[in-house]
Amino acid sequence: MELQIALLLGQDGITNGAIYALLALALVLVFAVTRVIFIPQGEFVAFGALTLASLQAGKLPGTVWLLLCLGAAIAVLESLRAARERCFRQIPLILLINCAAPLLLAGVLVAFSPATLPLPVQVLLALMLVVPLGPMIYRLAYQPVADLTVLALLIVSVAVHVTLVGIGLLFFGAEGSRTPAFTDASFEIGDTVLQGQTILVLVASALLIVALYLFFERTIYGKALRATAMNRTGARLMGISGTLAGQLSFTLAAAIGALSGILISPLTTIYYDSGFLIGLKGFVGAIIGGLASYPVAAAGAVLVGLLESYSSFWASAFKEVIVFTLIIPVLLWRSLKTRHVEAE
Amino acid sequence: MSNRPPVVLTLYLSVFLVALAVAPLILPEFYITLLNYIGLYAIVALGLVMLTGVGGLTSFGQAAFVGLGAYASAYLTTVHGISPWLTLPAGLLITALVAVTLGLVTLRLSGHFLPLGTIAWGMSFYYLFGNLEALGGHTGIAGIPSLQLFDLELKSGREYFYLIWVVLLAAVFATRNLLDSREGRAVRALKGGSVMAEAMGVNTPRAKIVAFTIAALFASTSGWLYAHLQRFVNPTPFSLAQGIEYLFMAVVGGVSHVWGAILGAGLITILKQWLQDWLPRLLGQSGNFEMIVFGLLMIFVLHRARDGVWPMIQRFLPRRTVRAPTGGAASLPRRPLPVAGSVVLEVQNASKRFGGLVANDKVSFDVKAGEVMALIGPNGAGKSTMFNGISGVDPLSAGAVVFRGANVESLSAREIARRGMSRTFQHVRLLPAMTVIENVAIGAHLRGHKGVIAAACRADRAEEARLLHEAARQIERCGLGEQMYEAAGSLPLGKQRIVEIARALAADPCLLLLDEPAAGLRYLEKQSLGELLRRLRAEGMAILLVEHDMDFVMGLADRVVVMEFGHKLAAGLPEEIQRNPAVVEAYLGGVE
Amino acid sequence: MNAAIDPAEPEIVLDAAGLSVAYGKVTALRDVSLKVRKGEIVTVIGPNGAGKTTLLSALIGLLPVRGELVYLGERQGPGRSVEKLVRQGMTLVPEKRELFAEMSVEDNLLMGAFDRYRAGHRDELETMDQVFDIFPRLRERRQQMAGTLSGGERQMLAMGRALMAKPKLLLLDEPSLGLAPLIIKEIFRTVARLRKTGVAILLVEQNARAALQVADYGYVLETGDLSLAGPSRDLANDPRVIESYLGLGGRG
Repeated sequence: MELQIALLLGQDGITNGAIYALLALALVLVFAVTRVIFIPQGEFVAFGALTLASLQAGKLPGTVWLLLCLGAAIAVLESLRAARERCFRQIPLILLINCAAPLLLAGVLVAFSPATLPLPVQVLLALMLVVPLGPMIYRLAYQPVADLTVLALLIVSVAVHVTLVGIGLLFFGAEGSRTPAFTDASFEIGDTVLQGQTILVLVASALLIVALYLFFERTIYGKALRATAMNRTGARLMGISGTLAGQLSFTLAAAIGALSGILISPLTTIYYDSGFLIGLKGFVGAIIGGLASYPVAAAGAVLVGLLESYSSFWASAFKEVIVFTLIIPVLLWRSLKTRHVEAE
Repeated sequence: MSNRPPVVLTLYLSVFLVALAVAPLILPEFYITLLNYIGLYAIVALGLVMLTGVGGLTSFGQAAFVGLGAYASAYLTTVHGISPWLTLPAGLLITALVAVTLGLVTLRLSGHFLPLGTIAWGMSFYYLFGNLEALGGHTGIAGIPSLQLFDLELKSGREYFYLIWVVLLAAVFATRNLLDSREGRAVRALKGGSVMAEAMGVNTPRAKIVAFTIAALFASTSGWLYAHLQRFVNPTPFSLAQGIEYLFMAVVGGVSHVWGAILGAGLITILKQWLQDWLPRLLGQSGNFEMIVFGLLMIFVLHRARDGVWPMIQRFLPRRTVRAPTGGAASLPRRPLPVAGSVVLEVQNASKRFGGLVANDKVSFDVKAGEVMALIGPNGAGKSTMFNGISGVDPLSAGAVVFRGANVESLSAREIARRGMSRTFQHVRLLPAMTVIENVAIGAHLRGHKGVIAAACRADRAEEARLLHEAARQIERCGLGEQMYEAAGSLPLGKQRIVEIARALAADPCLLLLDEPAAGLRYLEKQSLGELLRRLRAEGMAILLVEHDMDFVMGLADRVVVMEFGHKLAAGLPEEIQRNPAVVEAYLGGVE
Repeated sequence: MNAAIDPAEPEIVLDAAGLSVAYGKVTALRDVSLKVRKGEIVTVIGPNGAGKTTLLSALIGLLPVRGELVYLGERQGPGRSVEKLVRQGMTLVPEKRELFAEMSVEDNLLMGAFDRYRAGHRDELETMDQVFDIFPRLRERRQQMAGTLSGGERQMLAMGRALMAKPKLLLLDEPSLGLAPLIIKEIFRTVARLRKTGVAILLVEQNARAALQVADYGYVLETGDLSLAGPSRDLANDPRVIESYLGLGGRG
């Protein structure tokens, strides 16, 4: 292999690896806080990319309907709960958050044609459409069964994943989309050309990772999430409810997912079901970190990106096989590191 | 054998079998095909019942095992011209190798790593077989021969129907037999956590691999049938999506019930057929929209009806319970007990640290055959930690445990149990859905030897009768004869503790560790527990117990060790301890 | 000793009447009634397994209860939850401490103020200073991870963390558990001093002597039933208390 190709592949691998790393971090976070293995993470990647693509194409993204439906469902459930607990005063607020806000957003999308708006506004709108789906899905699918075993929660996750993929097909159709690059800039270093979009992905990922770090280390809400991950009962006694922690971590995961999707959609064509494969690669990284260590998970994810990139050169047909088979030696290594059989 | 099912059940089963037998004679082609697929899917779902509902593990990769069975036969028959009857065992062998490898790699980790591993395995399989030229890539392999049964060539779906359903029913009965056996109980014990199972001598990693491998073999068999029914294979039906669908079938049908597998396969298959007809028309698009409904259905089932649909039907059926043999089954051989008065257990300078906390600090004492030794002390003194250290559940940080003359402090709980130490737990660890006798029979695990295959074809009945007889004997001895066939979880907590003692006794121990056996018992129950322990002592059993009920302890124990802050505060005869000012102070707190 | 029979009775913070708790079919508490007033220390003593921890878990909303429960004059209905009670100033220092082991002492304390912060109060640094004044040892160890503290320091941190919420009712579950006598003395002295801040304290203890020394009023819990009640001075000399613990007909 020539050095130039090696560098090109490396650049590719690190770019993808950065995205996988973001996803891996979100997966570790959600698992640590809620014990949910968040298989649907990848759907947020696809929804983020496809929502932005719809906005740019001047179409009303299907995620609007999803937002309205989930909002309505939550409004009904929460209002019933409030009525049961005789807290009728809560009902207007419940309706405002879950029904009025999504309707307002839908109104904005209809009133202004998003295709003509500047890119940052489009990105913001896409995030506003996709990120709230995270806590909403937590509320509907996970919160009522938050005490189930890890295994049962995993099955819930798979069910949510299957549902979202179907909904993605319904809303976005079977054709893929690719959004225009955020920047056309490119840089030459020696013989290699560095694409502006690649640098953007790397810089954005790095910034997000730093932001996450600061959130966990410096803010009281970030510390509250860490506290929940360490000791659920202790956190509850401090008034950090599982619900709050769950919704917060799902919001973060959804945001990371959607942003990842928006970042890579100029680099690769995203289909309604592409998210799963991308998410799973984040997973391999997260598993390398034992679903527990943030830095190891991130490093593992970059490794997955590189492995994928180089194997696409050597054995392109088998690159997925190689990436997913990597999990076997990883599990073996983790297994040998574990001293005791862990009890649930 | 007295394990005869109620007449009504036999009747329902006969009606079901007759209906199956006549189905191909009267139903049109479409329904036969549907029933064939339900049968094929149900075989896979049955494996998941074994794995998920019974063993508490799960897999999303069953479709890949189906694919392995299908491709093995497809390749070997078309390329090498081998008879399909030989490719079946070949496929099973390959499947077993993959399953055992996956199991070995993940089973030391927490339970969720196995399903994650199976997701990766499912993905790899799909991409691997789709890209292997030798296997036809994404186009697949065509021209697979049909099956030849003696002179009869199975060509149409109608002819395959009987084969598929005979295999399925054989698998159902084999699974049911297995679950009612020593090995089956070992798999069922996994759900109660590995700590209890290991302390009863169950090799939990092995039990997990057994369950996972059986599930994979069922899937592989289904794949073999599929390949020769379709006479064509490609990677699509073996994708991860299909693997997820198999799990949905098992969960919707009722993941803890063998018949739930058939019910779930039927429901999902029919629903899918129906949705695939209607949804595209309704939505004006074509695509796999049934997955939206399935996903939502699954979420609903997990929220509202976690046991699936079968229990709703089962409510109208009489229960089938495992019963002890009424006739005189031969009793099991017993371990020779050490001579009364000889030292059975010697704890020397036992220490245990958790991070910066010292839970046990150089504690030493011994227990002799034919005596009751009580370990007492205020809450948090480190008594349960000491128990866990002695029994190998959570090994000591330092010090020695000598049991019957051999050092055991570095042995596993399972090995220590094998040497004749048996215990109960402070927080009762029974399997609440299983009957008392089945729970107690887990205790006798190490006294039987019959394996999975013997159990599946009922070649284990003589030994099983002896094990159940022994379990029944211990239950009677502990005074729970009346509750023998009740679900253990329905008993009051005090009685559940007695069940734990019966389970420990079923192991035929020479040292019994009892962690708060009298907690939650009423006065009379405490008295009969005291009687039982006195009787055991008279027989030469060594008993070490942790207990807070001082009346109970002081009236029963021969010697007492008092612990406080992890170290030994005092030791001696009960009356000495009661008069020891340091002990009184430890319990009631210091006086200023 | 004061307050217990004071004619000008301070307001009742917690009033429980006929509380029962069951785990499935097993009843752990039967018909328990007790009151705690502002600025008063009430203790529930009893041997292991009597249901003391169950009582506190039920009061803070970790377990469902039957019976009447009035907190701060408000009857607790179906919407009762740990989070709401914490918001209303009830705080539990659990038997197992439940610290955040891989967080610093300071961050553990900060978590104690989480709910107040969320409600808009931004006085966590001053409160932390007050807590450090009560437990100077914690100030010395403020950067240390909670998991590396000694047993006594852990108990101090658990109590300090609870005080960060500026509670109206403090539930203490066996603060003496597993601690050496000197440290127990120190902890109980602190508990006695807290009375002056006006907080109501419900102290559950196995260590009867220490508990009765600081408390104004005491109850004895025996296998799920309240068997004795009275001013702590009376209970301290009641031979029946000793009997319920050691199974003795009196002291030898």
